[in-house]
Amino acid sequence: MANTGTEHTVKAFDTDINELRGMVAEIGGRSEQAIAKAMRALEKHDLKLAAEVVAEDKLIDELEKRIDELTFQTIALRAPMADDLRELIATFKISGVVERIGDYAKNIAKRVPVIASTHKLGPASLLPSMSNIASQLVRDALEAFARRDADLALEVSERDQIVDDFYTSIFRSVITYMIENPKDIGEAAHLLFIAKNLERIGDHATNVAEMVYFAAKGEPMPERDRGENPTDLLEEPTAGR
Amino acid sequence: MTELIDSTSSSESPTMTESSVPAISAGDGPLKMTTRNVDVFYGDKQAINDVSIDVTMDNVTAFIGPSGCGKSTFLRCLNRMNDTIPIAKVTGEITLEGEDIYAPKMDVVQLRARVGMVFQKPNPFPKSIYDNIAYGPRIHGLASTKEDLDNIVETSLQRAGLWREVQDRLQDSGTALSGGQQQRLCIARAIAVDPEVILMDEPCSALDPIATAKIEELIHELRGKYAIVIVTHNMQQAARVSQRTAFFHLGTLVEYGVTSDIFTNPTQEKTRDYITGRYG
Repeated sequence: MANTGTEHTVKAFDTDINELRGMVAEIGGRSEQAIAKAMRALEKHDLKLAAEVVAEDKLIDELEKRIDELTFQTIALRAPMADDLRELIATFKISGVVERIGDYAKNIAKRVPVIASTHKLGPASLLPSMSNIASQLVRDALEAFARRDADLALEVSERDQIVDDFYTSIFRSVITYMIENPKDIGEAAHLLFIAKNLERIGDHATNVAEMVYFAAKGEPMPERDRGENPTDLLEEPTAGR
Repeated sequence: MTELIDSTSSSESPTMTESSVPAISAGDGPLKMTTRNVDVFYGDKQAINDVSIDVTMDNVTAFIGPSGCGKSTFLRCLNRMNDTIPIAKVTGEITLEGEDIYAPKMDVVQLRARVGMVFQKPNPFPKSIYDNIAYGPRIHGLASTKEDLDNIVETSLQRAGLWREVQDRLQDSGTALSGGQQQRLCIARAIAVDPEVILMDEPCSALDPIATAKIEELIHELRGKYAIVIVTHNMQQAARVSQRTAFFHLGTLVEYGVTSDIFTNPTQEKTRDYITGRYG
């Protein structure tokens, strides 16, 4: 049942919950920003920007710890029930997931120095578009959390398919490129990892959405047919694509 | 009209609208008492409004709700304790093992042995521990020899988790025991007359946390031997000790269901507001 927004009689409970909501919004915002900055650093081969992303990941880690601490405390002291309990459990899990998203962004940034600017993303030219979609999923998943919006959460889960499709396409392009340009295999491999990181970010956004759905509805999100078959990726790519 | 409650799946907990009949699934165990369309009036004031609920053997049922919601009033209907209140009037049907407890031929004294009650404030008789337990079996003729009576006293005290603490001082006064021990003595006293149902009206309100925990553990042990209904204003206690919870509000049964569902995903807004502390 939806949160009607009525306040708790004990106001301190609302203070704690609002503080947690604020912190989840903050960790979400920082992780999204990390993705955007890492991709910008990649496109422009901006080593300074990449180093910033790596350094700022520590702030995301600390925020996750603070969220965990406050959630734990709130559960212990307030004996939450029903939707309050579900929201706190969701908060606990979501902070961990969003911290992982930050780690993937950091991982992308770490690869920037080894990808030479002359390639201008070559076979992985779809990466910026893929990252925009993945970023939007993260943003919408956290928006769904803020609004307790189960419908938006469901939509996020369905849109993850687009990120998966991007990954499939980039994977094939990069493999083809590797076959045709064996001396560039090393760098091309990094591009693959970056694509994989973005695909995982999409999956994690879905994890957030699943927790939001559970918190709002009190039951698990219905399973989506993921459709992705890893063996599809192993099809022999046609030459000249 | 009736719906199955699947006690394993929270998503299938039915919406219990006021005055609808909560159904029993196979998993709920044998039916012990039923109530249908029960109203209670104190003079002109209606305290209970069309309540229908079942009590089963295998599940401890908790009645929760704010002060004045009628949970204790309703509890007292189950063994006709409201008869002792001159202005109280009870209508509707209440059965014990299929027998109407308000039928003229029902022996009220016998009923109160079969449906025992434990009260908020422990009330041992001003007698020895032994005589507190033996009193009921004596007057109901449940023991033909002293040895029988000794056995009943020992069994009852053991079942109430008190035997080891008092076995060497059965002649001491019941009122000399601690609050928690007195309450267990009262439970033993109820058990001694071989009840089918034990009603508990806020049994731990006057006890400290340790004594409370011992009573709650005792309730776990008694589950299945007796049908147990507990009224409590402590929601966490209801969550700890019961398998079924009924939420009362202003004399109406608002929601009834599997305890874990009530406390994690209630279907009624009033229930959710009460259990999350949004009292308005």
